[in-house]
Amino acid sequence: MDKSRIDDPFEQAREDRGYEHIPDQDDPVVMMLRHKDVRKCAHQWKVFQSGAQPGRIVIPSEVNIRDTRQIPFEVDPPEHAEYRGLIEEWFRRPLKLQYEEQLKAIIDLIIYEALEKDSIEVVEQFALPLQSRALTLLLNIPQKESEVWIDWGTHVFRSDDTKLDASKANILYDYIDTQIDKAVARPGEDLYSILLNSDYQGRKLTKEEVKGVMILTFAGGRDTVINYVTNTIAYLADHPEALRRMKEEPEIVNTAVEELVRYFSPLTHMGRVATEATEICKHAIPKDSRISLGWASANRDASVFENPNEVILDRKINPHVAFGFGIHKCLGATHARQLMKVLLRSLTEKVDSIEVKGTKENIEDWGDIQRKVGYDSINVVFNKL
Amino acid sequence: MAKIKFKTQEGQIISTEGSKGSLMELARDNNVKGIDGDCGGVCSCATCHVHISAEDVDKFPAANEIEKDMLEFEDNTTEYSRLACQLEIKESLDGITLTVAN
Repeated sequence: MDKSRIDDPFEQAREDRGYEHIPDQDDPVVMMLRHKDVRKCAHQWKVFQSGAQPGRIVIPSEVNIRDTRQIPFEVDPPEHAEYRGLIEEWFRRPLKLQYEEQLKAIIDLIIYEALEKDSIEVVEQFALPLQSRALTLLLNIPQKESEVWIDWGTHVFRSDDTKLDASKANILYDYIDTQIDKAVARPGEDLYSILLNSDYQGRKLTKEEVKGVMILTFAGGRDTVINYVTNTIAYLADHPEALRRMKEEPEIVNTAVEELVRYFSPLTHMGRVATEATEICKHAIPKDSRISLGWASANRDASVFENPNEVILDRKINPHVAFGFGIHKCLGATHARQLMKVLLRSLTEKVDSIEVKGTKENIEDWGDIQRKVGYDSINVVFNKL
Repeated sequence: MAKIKFKTQEGQIISTEGSKGSLMELARDNNVKGIDGDCGGVCSCATCHVHISAEDVDKFPAANEIEKDMLEFEDNTTEYSRLACQLEIKESLDGITLTVAN
């Protein structure tokens, strides 16, 4: 069985030249493929900026469907550090015991429900509710609110280039506007209220800035988490020995999380805009053109990772860039890692095996490159321990 | 058992004791500010960056290529920079002080 395998479509180009041309609307991208180059370009935030026109560093570009700047994601230093400093502590709350316990209760219930059913479709019935309910913890709002997000389905945020649909994006933006207005009227202990009360450069954050943080929080952790969770279920279905091993050796759950996120690389790449004419891998990068940081490719670079196409659950040295690298590394990584750990532990406690009944793969189309990033649907049976 | 001190960027000194595991785990378990250890010690996140005193450098094995590469693109990297997740607690480290880089 190798239904869970995720191939590396970048290997040849990475070894031959180190970059790949990615078409996108009228704004093509040069994707960096080697681990070292990806990290170097991420480090050079002055040359490869994030603070370009809102939506432009996202691929496919969202410049035609979004005006709000995502914060701190689409901001460069020095403003970036001040914005990030406002929210960093909030985004480390997942390390607290109470948060972990609440997350465990959410995940235990979803696994329990899955075990009671004859079969389930993992994307819609497992990963989406798990991601949505867990997000209520990060926002510190009642779990009931997740029902609204679950009803949106998986495609509201999906910036798939054939479905780059402003009306879908507006569902989220309008929803956030409404929630911000509610928090203005009745401040609470939720993320909206905390942001509205935050001081930035001697003033409070504006509603537009709060919206920028909230769009990032919703969109950044939606498909990525759903793909991670779904791929994990597919992997464990193919590898029942991994479930047993993590049960017997719970201490490897930490390295397993890092290894699975490396292997899955739920975010294939992220863009930057060149502020000056430059060159990478002997390839000219014109001023104001786009490059991207190929996280998924870097994570299979054989010059860094031994046996890069194998999942090695106890991989000790694993300098992956699945959560990005440098000043813009994923703000939600603490939440994501906690979710992944709790999920793996909970699965090993309750599940004996998982059988895959049918799949439809989610293949990203990057011009000449197609990459499997997860599943559109995957039907499975969970068997009790 | 080795007694090891961590000095934060704010000048706070945290005295710790440990006998096994990594210096990152020791710092994290003692809530040393600036040592997050997000990746749990697989050399991926570089949130456990410390500076070793010049006189203590010989007490540690040299950094491998991966650790050097990680440090190359970090802020506040000096010739005394190390990632604490790659440094094992040993008796011979008793009495040293590490400075948190961030």
